[in-house]
Amino acid sequence: MKINRVAVTGIGAICGLGNSLNEVWENALAGKSGISTLERHKTEGWAVNFGGEVKNFKLNPELMELKDQDRFDLFNQYALHAGDEAIKMSGILDSGYEKSKIGIIFGTGLGGFPHIEMNHQAYLEKGPRRVSPFFIPSVIPNMAPGLMSIHYGFQGINFSIASACASSAHALGVAATEIMMGRQDAMISGGTEAVITGYTIAGFSNMKALSRRNEEPTRASRPYDVDRDGFVMGEGAGIIVLENYDKAVARGAKILAEIVGFGASADAHHITAPHPEGLGALICMNQALELSGIRKEDVGYINAHGTSTPLGDIAETQAIKKAFGDHAKNLRVSSTKSMTGHLLGAAGGLESIFCIQALRTGMLPPTINLENQDPQCDLDYVANKPQKRDPQYALNNSFGFGGTNSSTIFKKFIS
Amino acid sequence: MELQDKVIKLVSEATKMDAANISLNTSFVDDLNLDSLDMVELMMKMEDEFGVEIPEDETENLKSIGDVVTYLKAKSH
Repeated sequence: MKINRVAVTGIGAICGLGNSLNEVWENALAGKSGISTLERHKTEGWAVNFGGEVKNFKLNPELMELKDQDRFDLFNQYALHAGDEAIKMSGILDSGYEKSKIGIIFGTGLGGFPHIEMNHQAYLEKGPRRVSPFFIPSVIPNMAPGLMSIHYGFQGINFSIASACASSAHALGVAATEIMMGRQDAMISGGTEAVITGYTIAGFSNMKALSRRNEEPTRASRPYDVDRDGFVMGEGAGIIVLENYDKAVARGAKILAEIVGFGASADAHHITAPHPEGLGALICMNQALELSGIRKEDVGYINAHGTSTPLGDIAETQAIKKAFGDHAKNLRVSSTKSMTGHLLGAAGGLESIFCIQALRTGMLPPTINLENQDPQCDLDYVANKPQKRDPQYALNNSFGFGGTNSSTIFKKFIS
Repeated sequence: MELQDKVIKLVSEATKMDAANISLNTSFVDDLNLDSLDMVELMMKMEDEFGVEIPEDETENLKSIGDVVTYLKAKSH
């Protein structure tokens, strides 16, 4: 079977760093923090009162009627917002592809928790007759691809993947596979998440997974630093348009990068703790390298999972050192979660966009707040300032609870 | 405020349609393009606003603003 090449032709982003690709990228290269004290909630009694909230968000009513904006949970709206940016950039609406050959696979780790919480409250206080008829459609994780298909008429493959914080990385890998196999000509992929709410924060903070640095929110997400104390909740979406490379070239599309490798594996170790030696992550990076057919020395940049948890950052560092051997010391590895917080199911989508932007511009976004590097984290993490490196290949890692792993390799486009 | 105006205000807020374009003759399906889920949500809002219970089988007869106003008036007697 012929395996098709996969081109990236559109990207769109929204997160605490900004509401468009350019805003997010400029702020990332400036090393800004998108983390702040939460504004949308009264946080009295919460163990953690900060996060990477999207600010000043208003969805274009052309993408969703105003009456529906009250009904559909935010993760749906972020996907439509970033998706519109990516789709416009790609030009696929004028591509002439059959609607049945354009599919959508998004990653969403949790779905519509804010509306679950709201409806549960109504259920307890006012009874079952006050549970909204829009409750179920609003919160199911596959409604974001559903709403997008309805808006644009794309009738290809359509579903969501839920694999916790690896969701959108897995989605992107499966979407790329659809194109490699020739079943679809174009795919809208990546992911979306919006679960900064009391319920979720209580759940994560009772697991002791979250940073408690309430007094210094911008310094709280500090991967690889000795004083890191957990991850910071973020939200947003990173949406990516993929196309059959030859068809994209034939229609004169502007190609941003290529996806050349994808790996997925399990730790088979613990429900939430990473494998201490990063063995699951190692399998996954090796799979991605093998599929890509490149030498490991060709990889110049890794956008790490790097969540700023005490165990996770060490385990991933070990896995990278095992996968890349002597080349590990030449690699540049950054965790943009230091600036965006952890977008959970949307992390892989947004961070794949950081990889694509690094390949396009030659600039590597930094890991901020890296003041005293943990001796057990001994790679070059692009500390605090961006670096000009011009990598030819970039790898994104995303790992999730349940011990699930994903690695994706992107190639710089050279015309 | 008259009952009729209250109903129109509520429907206007729920559907984001200009109240000036809503009258007693306005049909939920034909003019406001509401589907069955929209109607369930709207009736919940009516129940909360007017402190009445509207059984599901009775909502099927409420096809216009005028039907709702007449129904609510009958309920209050």
